[in-house]
Amino acid sequence: MSSLPPLAGPDSDVSLAPRSARLGERSIVGVLWVFAAISIVTTLSIVFVLLEEGLHFFGQISIVEFFTDTAWRPFGDLDSEGFRIGVLPLVSGTLLVTVIALLVAVPLGLASAAYLSEYASARVRGILKPALEVLAGIPTVVLGYFALTLVTPALRTVFSPESINIFNALSAGLVVGVMIIPTVASLSEDALSAVPDGLRAASYGMGATKSVTIRKVLFPAALSGIVSAIILAMGRAIGETMIVSVAAGNLPTLTVNPGSQIQTMTGYIVQAVGGEASRGSLTYNSIFAVGILLFVMTFTLNIIANRIVRRFREAYE
Amino acid sequence: MSLLSTPAGIARDAVLNLSAPAARVRRERAFQAVLLIATLIALVVMATLLFDVLSDGARRLSTDFFTSYTSRRAEDTGIRTGLTGSLSLMVMVAGMSFPIGVGAGIYLEIFAPSNRFTRFMQINIANLAGVPSVVYGLLSAAMFVYLAGLGRTLITGALALTLLILPVIIVASREAIRAVPPSIFNGALALGATPWQATQKQVLPVAMPGILTGTILALSRAVGETAPILVAGAVFSRRADNAPWEPLEAFGALPVQVYDFIKRPQAEFQIEAAAAGIIVMLTVLLTMNSGAIILRNRYARKR
Repeated sequence: MSSLPPLAGPDSDVSLAPRSARLGERSIVGVLWVFAAISIVTTLSIVFVLLEEGLHFFGQISIVEFFTDTAWRPFGDLDSEGFRIGVLPLVSGTLLVTVIALLVAVPLGLASAAYLSEYASARVRGILKPALEVLAGIPTVVLGYFALTLVTPALRTVFSPESINIFNALSAGLVVGVMIIPTVASLSEDALSAVPDGLRAASYGMGATKSVTIRKVLFPAALSGIVSAIILAMGRAIGETMIVSVAAGNLPTLTVNPGSQIQTMTGYIVQAVGGEASRGSLTYNSIFAVGILLFVMTFTLNIIANRIVRRFREAYE
Repeated sequence: MSLLSTPAGIARDAVLNLSAPAARVRRERAFQAVLLIATLIALVVMATLLFDVLSDGARRLSTDFFTSYTSRRAEDTGIRTGLTGSLSLMVMVAGMSFPIGVGAGIYLEIFAPSNRFTRFMQINIANLAGVPSVVYGLLSAAMFVYLAGLGRTLITGALALTLLILPVIIVASREAIRAVPPSIFNGALALGATPWQATQKQVLPVAMPGILTGTILALSRAVGETAPILVAGAVFSRRADNAPWEPLEAFGALPVQVYDFIKRPQAEFQIEAAAAGIIVMLTVLLTMNSGAIILRNRYARKR
């Protein structure tokens, strides 16, 4: 027995390295890498496509005019009558809907998060959380139907048919708000649950009640998570397409009146594509110019939100 | 009140003094009630929506509604094109997004070195998940419809939806793989398996229920998406069937058909036919989601 060399170690004759080059194994890992890299190719393609088509547009239209003109009538070509190419009405329409949506979703979403995280029993949570998930899974075209056929008529009864157009920003904004409640609620709940129990115990020990603890201790401690939840929800509201194209109308209007018909950036994209604008025309290229703006706005919001989330994770783990 | 002088009486008194004033208790209860009501508002809205759709559309449901093509007359119109289109899209999207998404998840969770490029990939996937779906439509329109010359066909719609839900499937796969105890992977390695053998034979079978749940949920999202396929070229009133083995045909889809009904001015279309289409769509989605949830619960009980 003692004549055998040691099985492994610096003096061993036995090599622990694989006997073959394992080409099959390597090629499989290579394929998996390609699959993972597709996501980067996707991002690059989005940027490429938007820039390529958008550059045609900004070759003909000055970027200053695009951002300062106050009317959006991009149909026909430069010489057409009434042709105006200012994106402000679309941006204002998007922001109007987004602000209304946040006014709905932030209070309701935060209240849900606080209730689910601090009050609800396991059984109640087991009912409410899946219900919110179902709400998050309802297709937005269905929510658009809801806004147009139920919310708008209700608004016209409560206010007056003169002050609320059949297509209006208010109805669309309210329903977009309902749509993003699950986003705000579930991410904020995660943030609240991540606050260490020591903070709760310390607060109770100081004589604070539960509501005071939630408002004065837990919300500040979870603030970064809550802020990033709201930012992500805002990105979803800006990018929401079907609710606004069904219920908000197709009339680009520079207004803050929630009762009037408007058009959002996403709404314009759907309308213009449906209009069969021929490829290479100014109208077709304007779709991509609006797309650039939409992509930049939502991508920036996402990056900010993800940054905040990562920083916040480091704080407690 | 002779008890007052005994130790028990003093203790009782101390307890009484520690209990909160009635006004404070009322405020606490009111706060909790407000939070509960706010939570329920969203669910009441959803219930209203479902009730409204059912009451508007239930009468319109009949076998003819499933088997007829779109018609100019509301009473004859059906959703056959949308149904076959959505089913074909689902098959194609599942076929493309499942292997790619799971493969990417495996790479990032098991094989990826921890370097800047990997981190960049991860951040990029997180950010892609937040890109508005209509932008995927623009990408598909410019990239596949025109540059690749595929035209406004079933495959361009399927590609748009695949790219849209890939980040979701990747994230779900990674979470499912991460939940597998590392001892399983390491044990297989110790017995001489290569990393890929350990992954394929040991880790993946354990992670599969979680991966499938995430994939089904992502697919159900794809089925309900309207904006990307609308921009990628779905058509409204096609009087033909779609099939996954005919990827280069024009295509329709259920949500696009519903959108078309909503956009028409007549109430028979806008209210009734649209609601009936929505009922069909929600039934499909609900079936898929409950399948995913059953899968998840069975998986959770086993572990």
